[in-house]
Amino acid sequence: MTARPAATRRRPRLAVWKFASCDGCQLTVLDCEDELLAIAAEVEIAYFLEASSATGRGPYDLSLVEGSITTPADLRRIRHVRRVSKRLVTIGACATAGGIQALRDFADVREFASIIYARPDYIATLERSTPISAHVPVDFELRGCPIDGRQLLEVISAFLAGRRPCVPAHSVCVECKARGNVCVMVAHGTPCLGPVTQAGCGALCPAFNRGCYGCFGPMESPNTRALNAQLRELGMSTPELVRVYRTFNATEEPFRQASEEAGDDA
Amino acid sequence: MNTVVMESLEPLVAGLRSDGFTVVGPTVRDGAIRFAELSHSAQLPAGRGDDQQPGHYRLTERGDELMFGFAASPDSAKRYTQPPRQALFRMRGAEVEETRSQAPRIALLGVRACDLAAIAVQDRVFLGGRHPDPAYRERREALFLIAVNCAVPGGTCFCVSMGTGPKATAGFDLALTELSAPHRFLVETGSERGAEVVAPLPHRPATGDDVTAAEEVSRVAATRMGRQVDTDNIQERLAEARDSPRWTEVASRCLACTNCTMVCPTCFCTTVEDATDFGGGQAERTEVWDSCFTLDFSEVAGSPVRGSGSARYRQWLTHKFSTWFDQFGVSGCVGCGRCITWCPTGIDVTEELGCIL
Repeated sequence: MTARPAATRRRPRLAVWKFASCDGCQLTVLDCEDELLAIAAEVEIAYFLEASSATGRGPYDLSLVEGSITTPADLRRIRHVRRVSKRLVTIGACATAGGIQALRDFADVREFASIIYARPDYIATLERSTPISAHVPVDFELRGCPIDGRQLLEVISAFLAGRRPCVPAHSVCVECKARGNVCVMVAHGTPCLGPVTQAGCGALCPAFNRGCYGCFGPMESPNTRALNAQLRELGMSTPELVRVYRTFNATEEPFRQASEEAGDDA
Repeated sequence: MNTVVMESLEPLVAGLRSDGFTVVGPTVRDGAIRFAELSHSAQLPAGRGDDQQPGHYRLTERGDELMFGFAASPDSAKRYTQPPRQALFRMRGAEVEETRSQAPRIALLGVRACDLAAIAVQDRVFLGGRHPDPAYRERREALFLIAVNCAVPGGTCFCVSMGTGPKATAGFDLALTELSAPHRFLVETGSERGAEVVAPLPHRPATGDDVTAAEEVSRVAATRMGRQVDTDNIQERLAEARDSPRWTEVASRCLACTNCTMVCPTCFCTTVEDATDFGGGQAERTEVWDSCFTLDFSEVAGSPVRGSGSARYRQWLTHKFSTWFDQFGVSGCVGCGRCITWCPTGIDVTEELGCIL
């Protein structure tokens, strides 16, 4: 069996969308330099403003959505994106969990606006920063801040083959050990969120003797209470413990709960 | 068995390298004593030791000349006998193409008696039974094993309880015992290959004093186990403890992070990952380390059979110490203590067994 030449068949149409985000995940798409031509041979990159000002009209076979929903305009636009997309995959912590900007959920966003802006009444923003799945059905959520290029390529090739992407939900420790890292928590006493964080980055930080920052959000069965006890043993204070979970995935329920429990246990 | 004495390991390292082996041995790296490629014996961790406790590992300065004055390293021989990722095959259309690469010729210097016992367990798993694994066999045959008898067991060691150490008795090409005053190595040969490697190297016959000194090293080491396990009737006792409340208690401290299984020298579970290219004409299958602590591991028809942490911990521990006998005729635990040291929350399997049984 050989694949038909790309020219003789309709290529699936790809769109990449941005909501409240830093563009880092879209840049990860562009960073897949070695594979971009192969992707472009198999899919028509119809809408991707980070890469091209050309805007091909929908519908699209696959939409990659970066960013969280933070404004009334976003709310309208994500419904449009869903309507024109056969498959919708969120890319990154913002689109999947609300992102760093979801820290507003723990405070009063109107108060922030009143401090930052000369005319806060010009600011139309929502009380909370929410993931895409809070508003429209999502076919797959790819985690990470930013996403991992290998995982993105896996998701795209799985979509093209019509199979389930191989994106494990187990802890970072699995890939940390496979990579041959020494456990930074055990051998160096460095606090690390790896045991409660989903794999995907290839255990990047521990490979450079840093603890995991939890960029990929909670793993499948996070035991944050047990980890918190250990992090306290390693000298983390209550405010540090609360803060360590309040980053890119702060409102993901297990991490929200972990930060609240850390405060309560004090 | 031929027993000789070497004053230095440098000729051994150089000799193995000139024979075409990659010499892999312990060296200080990333704040631990780890296996890495060695080009000289000077890279061995002379004078360094380790402090191992549940969930705790620190390098120490021993202030002596011992090059092997430490216990189990974070890496076991598993990384070489069963690598974390291996390509199995590639398919182009309907054509299957093997992607197995040639097994590297590695001389593993510094494996301990517990590690040799673990390799023997792996041999049963991969080569025993009706479906031997040819890739494992190739890697195993390409591996030259130089054991070192433990002089300084760690705080989490319990090989004496498991009957696997501290002295290496079989399964090696060469076995060294490091002796002091003067610094030297008693070298036992365990295979023809081992004897051939030693023959051209500088050495002298061992005297009665050398042999006595080596026996004393192993005798003293056996008295310095950091941990112990009562293995009498352990299968029956574990079967009776199926409903112990301790399973739930330990699950409250267990992160299900998989570290214990990853560092375990006998845990052999893998899964396969299939990848496809963008054009859809090519697919690849890769074998990767897996763990009974992940939910995917026991997923059947969309949900895991062992959903709770207590079910997963019980599965792991009872397999190691009990049902492994039913499956392979030996214990799955060799008493190396790695699962204790490298558990981020310091769960101690010997303590759990003491409470459960």
